Amino acid sequence: MGYFHSVRLEEDKCKGCTNCIKHCPTEAIRVREGKARIIQERCIDCGECIRICPNHAKIAVGDALTALAAYSYRIALPAPAIVSQFAGQAGLERILGALIALGFDAVYEVALAAEIVALATRRYLDNYRGKRPLISPACPAVVGLIQVRFPSLVEQILPLATPVDVAARLARKEGMAVTGLPSQAIGTFFISPCPAKITAVRQPQGGLPGPDRVIPLAAIYGDIRQHLATAVPYPSRAGATGYGWGHSGGENASIGGRRLLEVDGIHHVIAVFTRIEAGDFDDIEYIEAQACPGGCVGGALMVHNPYLARLELRQLALCLPSGPANLPEAGSSLVAAPVQPRPALQLDTDLATAIEKMQRLEATQAMLPGLDCGSCGSPSCRSLAEDIVRDEAQDTDCVFVLRERVRVLAEEVVELARKLPPSMAQPERRDKDAAPGNS
Amino acid sequence: MKDNIPSLEMAFPVRARDFLAGGDGAARIRRVLQQVGFPPAIIRRVAIAAYEAEMNIVIHSEGGELKAQITPEVITITARDTGPGIPDIELAMQEGYSTAPREIQEMGFGAGMGLPNIRRCADELEIKSAPGQGTTVNIIIYNR
Repeated sequence: MGYFHSVRLEEDKCKGCTNCIKHCPTEAIRVREGKARIIQERCIDCGECIRICPNHAKIAVGDALTALAAYSYRIALPAPAIVSQFAGQAGLERILGALIALGFDAVYEVALAAEIVALATRRYLDNYRGKRPLISPACPAVVGLIQVRFPSLVEQILPLATPVDVAARLARKEGMAVTGLPSQAIGTFFISPCPAKITAVRQPQGGLPGPDRVIPLAAIYGDIRQHLATAVPYPSRAGATGYGWGHSGGENASIGGRRLLEVDGIHHVIAVFTRIEAGDFDDIEYIEAQACPGGCVGGALMVHNPYLARLELRQLALCLPSGPANLPEAGSSLVAAPVQPRPALQLDTDLATAIEKMQRLEATQAMLPGLDCGSCGSPSCRSLAEDIVRDEAQDTDCVFVLRERVRVLAEEVVELARKLPPSMAQPERRDKDAAPGNS
Repeated sequence: MKDNIPSLEMAFPVRARDFLAGGDGAARIRRVLQQVGFPPAIIRRVAIAAYEAEMNIVIHSEGGELKAQITPEVITITARDTGPGIPDIELAMQEGYSTAPREIQEMGFGAGMGLPNIRRCADELEIKSAPGQGTTVNIIIYNR
């Protein structure tokens, strides 16, 4: 089962420390032979390991500008948060113009698609009578988290396409209309603030079309900056509400309503989802959940400090109209495929065997010291117990268990060293435990 | 050994009025069921029932224990507490009926939905209680 992931390890930079394993929300990393190994089925590409790695050994693989050559008409799809990285240095239209200077033929703002999605979401919520709260599908790391850790919540993911996909579909249609070129000659390039969106594009849910390529912001940050001063302004069509999607709370603000909740930072998202699975939060209409602190401005592939980026984005939005006068017709571009669970944490496909393994797991965990130190290469004592049950580790991988074994062994060695053969020892110096009359 | 149906048992102490830790036991049970591989719909029913039962101990009792017994066919949740007991179980089962003190209702708990929510999730529900005798709630959910 090949599952594409954008998050990778640069082997020679990895020092085998245990920072990343402790922060991974799906316990998808182990340190083995001095290097971090990502368990592919569990990784949700949230980028927590990229953020935390002190050696910058975790990277995200995306496309480069050279990929533009594969298409005759190239459309850039900048995520709303992207402009925050340059907002202090140039106005919106000049930032969009810098993308043209890099070789793109047109720009389709994802912020514009976000406004279309917001309107459709509002309509959907007004007519929705099912299980609450509905959860935003916009953050792919959150969707991955639900698939792996909260499978019962997949049915509460709002069944609408994300702004990225809507932008790609509408941009393609517009590009074909403007140029008269066939679909395959048009290239749509998402400029991504995070690795999760790279993965989502390469591995779309249900195979519905999205952008053709993804370029990480970090990869072209310098190029864009270089062109800011000389770029010819490119007309923006999106408004303040669309650009608000770039930071936490912006999506909810553009949808509008009274019981909308926003949560950002993947570990906070986990806390909220745990309560939803326990039946809480059912008086909440909609949850905007974002894996990165502060929302997309805090994306792991962004360059600037997330809090400064949020400020810049808000300031920039103040100069924009609240929303465009007439939104493009969305048509079928809002269709989304249903999200399926990814049962990567399951111990066994057979229930009875899985329960047996769980019994062993609980018993093994009880023997471990509970320090969650990570020295064994697994993120916690419980996950080491899990790895042992899965035959991927052994109990002596725990330094404390090993130490205890060594102590017992050492005592035995001392004990044995004291023993002398009867030919040498006085009777009283012989081992008291020795069976009587045996010599 | 192979003829025996594997059965996993877990027990968590629950402290009265500990709203910070309240719900941890139910969350642990949920994670275990998920790792074992029960269907999401079953996990959800168990998670809700266990959470409500655990919070009932936190809100109404003087402390107790949340237990889970897990086999491939059936999951049993038992919440046992020492506490005031329920004088009128039928009344306590009514939606919106609550004896939670005001300060707890102001925290957003005690809306009178605990036992009704448990009943909705359970295949079988048994409540043993009498004034001054504490309460034992036994919840059975079949995996089918």
